[in-house]
Amino acid sequence: MFQIDCPWCGPRDQSEFAYAGEGGIKRPEDPSALTDAEWADYLFMRQNPRGRHHEQWRHVHGCGQFFDVVRQTVTYRIESVDLPGRPALANASGEVR
Amino acid sequence: MKNRYSIFSLARNALSHHEKWDRAWRSPEPQPAYDVIIIGAGGHGLATAYYLAKEHGITNVAVVEKGWLGGGNTARNTTIVRSNYLYDESAHLFEKSLKLWEGLSQELNYNVMFSQRGVYNLGHTLQEMRDIHRRVNANRLNGIDSEVVDARQIKQEVPIINTSPDARYPILGASLQRRAGTARHDGVAWGYARAADARGVDIIENCEVTNILRDGGRVTGVETTRGTIKAKKVGIVVAGHSGVLADMAGFRLPVESHPLQALVSEPVKPVLDTVIMSNAVHGYISQSDKGELVIGAGIDSYNGYGQRGSFNIIEETIAAIKEMFPMFSRMRMLRHWGGIVDTTPDATPIIGKTPVDNLFINCGWGTGGFKATPGSGWVFAHTLATGEPHPINAPFSLDRYTTGYLVDEHGAAGVAH
Ligand SMILES: Cc1cc2nc3c(=O)[nH]c(=O)nc-3n(C[C@H](O)[C@H](O)[C@H](O)COP(=O)(O)OP(=O)(O)OC[C@H]3O[C@@H](n4cnc5c(N)ncnc54)[C@H](O)[C@@H]3O)c2cc1C
Ligand SMILES: [Zn+2]
Repeated sequence: MFQIDCPWCGPRDQSEFAYAGEGGIKRPEDPSALTDAEWADYLFMRQNPRGRHHEQWRHVHGCGQFFDVVRQTVTYRIESVDLPGRPALANASGEVR
Repeated sequence: MKNRYSIFSLARNALSHHEKWDRAWRSPEPQPAYDVIIIGAGGHGLATAYYLAKEHGITNVAVVEKGWLGGGNTARNTTIVRSNYLYDESAHLFEKSLKLWEGLSQELNYNVMFSQRGVYNLGHTLQEMRDIHRRVNANRLNGIDSEVVDARQIKQEVPIINTSPDARYPILGASLQRRAGTARHDGVAWGYARAADARGVDIIENCEVTNILRDGGRVTGVETTRGTIKAKKVGIVVAGHSGVLADMAGFRLPVESHPLQALVSEPVKPVLDTVIMSNAVHGYISQSDKGELVIGAGIDSYNGYGQRGSFNIIEETIAAIKEMFPMFSRMRMLRHWGGIVDTTPDATPIIGKTPVDNLFINCGWGTGGFKATPGSGWVFAHTLATGEPHPINAPFSLDRYTTGYLVDEHGAAGVAH
């Protein structure tokens, strides 16, 4: 149980939000050019780290907006909240591990 | 087995006040190398080791465990065992498991307290009832006992349930599998551990795998907190930590780890002699032999390795239980805990090869793998021994996510245990 600081509404209980999966996954520019394995990698494979996780949340019981979060998956402590696609702690490749 | 458990050994040990029982398994130092290393001493890992020794004669095996054996999801689950899954692939796997459960206490010479008290999966809407009919028919075509019961019959068999049409989510009927039930979770881990140890398997506790050693795309062993251990073949069976181990071996999985909670009440007189599950209101309940109500909740939606979940999930679960069983409204809850479950996009496990040669994985059981413990160990032992999946687990390969051959059990199992 934790609070999330919505970029638009401020801190609210986590139960007001819907989890929207791993963040920073870019839809391939030209999906039909991918091999089946590359498509499966995009569609299904996940980092699922024990530690720092770049993820998306949506404030379903509030403003309805999507945004990015960097959160520790063991302590559940949130390190940063940012607008979609701009996680404060992402490295150059957009990957947070 | 060296020291068989029986009424006579019980009487003999009573004479020495039960202070002279032998240890049920050794606590060996790791050897430098093994034929097979199994990572994770949960029920699935221990069952794999047992069947490797028993069915395939491979006994130069180590099971390495970062904590104590059976301390993961094995000892944290609500112990529901059933095989009434919708698709043929799952039905064959879970039914193989149920058949093994039926002889398990005898086979292991260890009482796993398998109790075939029946499991009801309730339907609260017309659509749910249609799905139940479909699943029951599919089960029967696969030779699995399964029946549809209406609300009147449920009330007759489970008098304390609220079948009033005025309920917020009225109970319209259920699927019922009478051969389904519950088992003693620790007992399963301990029974397999003892039987595997007796056949020469080394079970090494307090030994965390920190790296998976490879040479030219082939596994060669593992790095652990107790030193390097070499192996010809390695099997990963770590449930919630599957992504962490895959990362050590340089590949990714379609798996997310989520918190899943359960709780038990104070013990009371026998009131519920079966298992009731509801997907719609999301609560599962049975009564343990001690008298506690054992209640299962839903997963938290976010990724988490904390072995604890959110309070609002408990609140929703208790509300669901109270709706179905108004008489439990003043029961006090005694303990509550969480595990880490490894969910997949099609709510179906992954049992087979990995991109690394001689490295195999058994994961993705999510919220419902306890019931599969014997069958999972049996097919995974075959896979490790022969290097190829058994026909039963062939459909559960990692590359089904590339071929598109998903086994989409969400309807039948996705949120249920
Ligand atoms: C609250 C709850 C209720 C559930 N209810 C049901 C139910 O009613 N019916 C049902 O069928 N299923 C249920 N499940 C699911 C079931 O518990 C799991 O699918 C099953 O126990 C997984 O088996 P396992 O042996 O692989 O897991 P575990 O017992 O978790 O074993 C994995 C082991 O791997 C070890 N490990 C991890 N990382 C490392 C490492 N680096 N090195 C060495 N060892 C490592 C862990 O310490 C652990 O002991 C429930 C789960 C939970 C949490
Ligand atoms: Zn908001």
